[in-house]
Amino acid sequence: MAKVTQLIHNYLRHTKKFPHVFCPGCGHGIVLGSLIRSVHAQGIPKDDIVLVAGIGCSGRIPVYVDFNTVHTTHGRALTFATGIKLANPKLKVIVIMGDGDAMSIGGNHLMHSARRNIGLTALVLNNHIYGMTGGQSSSTTPFGCYSTTTPFGQMEKEFDIAEITKACGANFVARATVMQANLMDRLISTALINPGFNLVEVITPCHTQFGRKNKYKTTVDMYKWLKKNATPIEKYVDMPPEKKKEVVSTGVFSHKDCAGLEERYAQMRQNLNGGAA
Amino acid sequence: MAKKKGQTIVKIYQDWCKGCGICVTFCPSGVLRFNNQGKAEVAHEEECINCGFCEVHCPDFAILVQPKNETGSRKNQTESMKVPASAEDSMNPSNEEIS
Repeated sequence: MAKVTQLIHNYLRHTKKFPHVFCPGCGHGIVLGSLIRSVHAQGIPKDDIVLVAGIGCSGRIPVYVDFNTVHTTHGRALTFATGIKLANPKLKVIVIMGDGDAMSIGGNHLMHSARRNIGLTALVLNNHIYGMTGGQSSSTTPFGCYSTTTPFGQMEKEFDIAEITKACGANFVARATVMQANLMDRLISTALINPGFNLVEVITPCHTQFGRKNKYKTTVDMYKWLKKNATPIEKYVDMPPEKKKEVVSTGVFSHKDCAGLEERYAQMRQNLNGGAA
Repeated sequence: MAKKKGQTIVKIYQDWCKGCGICVTFCPSGVLRFNNQGKAEVAHEEECINCGFCEVHCPDFAILVQPKNETGSRKNQTESMKVPASAEDSMNPSNEEIS
């Protein structure tokens, strides 16, 4: 078990200010650690990785890691990543988005990236709230939860990111919570090597903006809730519907290995050139 | 991954710890506790079973769990990973100098 932290330190930009900017107990740090471990486990060189992030708390993650990093406009991380991947298909492009980034303003891009099946690895860090801008309710805020803009409870139903992406035809769709770091390592590792569009949704608690308004007294209470209610998808499908609302399903939702858009594009070019590269 | 107790050294970088309490709450054998500054510290190192939970779940990369019996380069590693005490210094736990 040793050397895990040592390994993470090798990938950090030590010219940046540490400890990092996230609130105490924010799960984003755990996801960052998991991403670094997965990249290391797959043996991908630092220079072959492009980390693209949008706006939000999750947009701070690329600042700290020593990959090629792009910090893009709100919701358009996937479009930048699509351009990078098509311009140089040899690069491993990882997109880090928050829930507001992925589902609200960039929801369209997420759906179409999944439909196109372009070879990206998308990490959606779902904290159920717009954390950075002051805790407004987002499109993934669960029904009935409180936030700055829904002081009497959210009246709209929430998005299920994994199910939407699966329905749009993504190759690999999975979900984990930050309490399951080992599962998260496995899922992100798979998402890195699988061809086509791979999405891993990570449920990460935001105590500062979400927890305090929803009867979680401490950060640790949110982690306890995650630990108690994370259910493997195999068990989840057999549960009665009223129980399904209270738990979080985790695991692999969809796993295919169709060729990505960039492979099909290269193939098409070759065909049109009469077999020459 | 030995499950015997007392086979490991647990180190916490106080400068990077934010005191969220994940490690203190979820440690299965109660190795860690809060100090009077609200940060985690090692209380019962001999109880550690080397499960590695705290190391992978620390959001701030502030915990290091190492087996004791890897005598070879252990000391050097832990020494080189010490965080400089001065806060304004750019954090550089490894010895590789960044110009």
